[in-house]
Amino acid sequence: MARSNDSRRVKQHIIEEWIGKILTSLCIVLLVVTIFSMVYFVATKGLSSFFKNGVSLAEMLGGTSWKPEGEPPMFGALPFIFGSFATSMLAALISAPLSICGALFMVEIMPKLGKKVLQPAIELLAGIPSVVYGFVGLSVIVPFYRNIFPGQGLGILAGASVLSVMILPTMTSIATDALRALPSGLKEGSYALGATRWQTLSRTVIPTTLPALMTGVVLGMARAFGEALAVQMVIGNAPHIPNSLFQSTSTLTSVITLSMGNTVMGTIQNNVLWTLALILLLMTFVFVFVVRWLERRAIR
Amino acid sequence: MSAKTVDKIATGVIILFAGIIVLIMVGLLGFILVRGLGHISFDFLTSPPETIREGGGIGPQLFNSLFLLVLTLIITVPLGLGAGIYMSQYAKPGRVTDSIRLIVEVLSSFPSIVVGLFGLLVFVNTFGFGFSLFSGALALTVFNLPLMVRITEQGLASVPLAQKEASLALGLSKWKTIRSVMLPIALPVILTGTILAAGRVFGEAAALLFTAGMSSPRLDFTDWNPFSPMSPLNPFRPAETLAVHIWKVNSEGLAPDAPEIAAGASAVLILTVLLFNLLARFVGRQLQKKFTASR
Amino acid sequence: MRNIVMSTKDLNVFYGEKHAVKSLSLDFATKEVTALIGPSGCGKSTFLRSLNRMNDLIADARITGEIRIGDEDINHPKTDVVLLRQKIGMVWQRPNPFHKSIYENIAFGPRYHGIRDKRKLDEIVESSLRKAALWEETKDRLNRSALSLSGGQQQRLCIARSIAVSPDIILMDEPASALDPVSSAKVEELIAELKQEYCIVIVTHNMQQAARVSDYTAFFLMGEMVEYGATDQIFTNPEDKRTHDYISGRFG
Repeated sequence: MARSNDSRRVKQHIIEEWIGKILTSLCIVLLVVTIFSMVYFVATKGLSSFFKNGVSLAEMLGGTSWKPEGEPPMFGALPFIFGSFATSMLAALISAPLSICGALFMVEIMPKLGKKVLQPAIELLAGIPSVVYGFVGLSVIVPFYRNIFPGQGLGILAGASVLSVMILPTMTSIATDALRALPSGLKEGSYALGATRWQTLSRTVIPTTLPALMTGVVLGMARAFGEALAVQMVIGNAPHIPNSLFQSTSTLTSVITLSMGNTVMGTIQNNVLWTLALILLLMTFVFVFVVRWLERRAIR
Repeated sequence: MSAKTVDKIATGVIILFAGIIVLIMVGLLGFILVRGLGHISFDFLTSPPETIREGGGIGPQLFNSLFLLVLTLIITVPLGLGAGIYMSQYAKPGRVTDSIRLIVEVLSSFPSIVVGLFGLLVFVNTFGFGFSLFSGALALTVFNLPLMVRITEQGLASVPLAQKEASLALGLSKWKTIRSVMLPIALPVILTGTILAAGRVFGEAAALLFTAGMSSPRLDFTDWNPFSPMSPLNPFRPAETLAVHIWKVNSEGLAPDAPEIAAGASAVLILTVLLFNLLARFVGRQLQKKFTASR
Repeated sequence: MRNIVMSTKDLNVFYGEKHAVKSLSLDFATKEVTALIGPSGCGKSTFLRSLNRMNDLIADARITGEIRIGDEDINHPKTDVVLLRQKIGMVWQRPNPFHKSIYENIAFGPRYHGIRDKRKLDEIVESSLRKAALWEETKDRLNRSALSLSGGQQQRLCIARSIAVSPDIILMDEPASALDPVSSAKVEELIAELKQEYCIVIVTHNMQQAARVSDYTAFFLMGEMVEYGATDQIFTNPEDKRTHDYISGRFG
């Protein structure tokens, strides 16, 4: 019965089913193709400075002198790699206690006030564009540091300060989700034993949610690592490893942002910038896998 | 120290830190609005920027940002819906689906500057679209697509299984079920998410530096023929957006009133994003009401 | 003479490792109501859902054995599920009208199945609502949202919706258990009415309801069918002690 009758209609809905399947598959194929071509293009471009232009990998990763226009040109990217790691790690370090306390406040201490005041504040911070963070950093944070510390105020700490606010929403929302997902029996057990709130939080709640909290920190750091314009505006952009937190320096993203427009496609000066982009890309993979690893631990 | 004292101190610290977060938000918003609002006028919003003299506006940039947003959404929404529907309804659990999920996750964590570089290489150079709104829209699509996929998946996941079953049991095809029964119910979630994503697109700059470009031709706002080079509607002209303008003014602005322009433009940007957030909440609530109030 | 429209033979359903329905053979005839009773988790709903292949939606469900409608095995890979489900209506425990108008809820199915003529659709909507004893209550507000109806009305609307695509068989999964007693009684009346035209299979927890509405009753326990027979006989004189215990309320 269901197989035989009325063959015209059979065709129509089967065709329709195929159309749906094909349309949606095309979208996902496009997405997958995009990402693979992205990796492919950046990788071929980035590797060409090694294979075509003969820059040595050791110089790139270990050299501290960046003089692309020099005679001979030097391509030591270590200052940028250092700058990227230093700013993003410091940003995560500043942001972690703030965001975890914010999450504890919203879930454990005053959920009502948290939902009314803190939650919207964090959503708002999440919506502010990065150039605005950069602008505020440049007009508030940098002068502030300049006034109380020696130096120009530009540098790693200025960058990290701006980034720490930018990544605050990411980290807080992940920490909040993790705390909310905690079975209430766990806390009640601790309270029943006569533990104070802080004892419960520090001995039970935080250790159990630690992998999830770490996920938030790593995701925040990943975002800080890849952020370009806000950092570029406050970091100073000098191509060397700084002696202090208040000395002008650069990150991978800031160099790319500043130099990409001033070099010609296909030249060695341009290719090395793609190599820096490739490093960014590889770091993204590292961050994603760390997050996955932490998530697996969180489930267990 | 007794456990009680420690508890009190710890609680105090937590509340203090939470307070700091709120203070940061208030300070940030207050600073931008106080510095910027005074500079916003009809003239500022409509006149073109000046390079070395003061008194420049952000008219073309504001228009570019809005136009680029529309272009981006036109491309992103259908693609994101399609890919999201595939992931939530057609993908069979298993290795392939897991790896696609991983790929989407990786794409969503790519730095936007790298997305911009990819756009420069592929859209601007290889495909020959040049520094243009269209290249910018494509780059923003790449940047935004994973989010759109996730929003669609969330929206479809919010549809009660009973609705899907009811439709299938009536003998409707899966595709028809998705289109006519599930998507309308998922609409509030999808729409809210899309508007929030639009806010993110509106403020994005790094992906646009090398795709939509850092300059804008002198626009002729009387010429609405999308094929003429001076027309605001021409998608193949370079277009500096508001966010890019803020960056440019700050890093290489020569106009004497550059800080004021940056402040004014930042305030406009923030207010627009705020507007998007409020709109998202409003639309979400209205649609929710339409579906449930009559119960 | 019973007119068998659907029969299962040696049907097994697995959810992953769980053997949810064990080697079940049953016949269903038109103009009859068959009640499936048993404690929660006994496999009666799973069995019901396999009859219109709703278990396809569950990723790790696996089915062996036969379900025949006419001379066709519905689990055959070539079977067109869309056409199959058109012939088998389904009603759930909780009313699940579409988030559309009352009219659209009914017209949605028939329109998809090729009826475009507005007058024809109007007729179907009216006759389906009449059969579901809902016409008088809704005829003046067909364009209102289906969600504006009461729970009991919604459930009758869902029944009307399934009738509208003119099925041969209607599957009901505890159709009255989420309703108040008055609405529940109305649904029972409706089942008695619909019996004139359709083959009805109903899963129920409510023993009195099974006794009132059904002609045949099957008692399920832990995935197995313990006893099957005419409803009168099952309720007055069950052969199996477990059936007796369940019916007299000793467990379940």
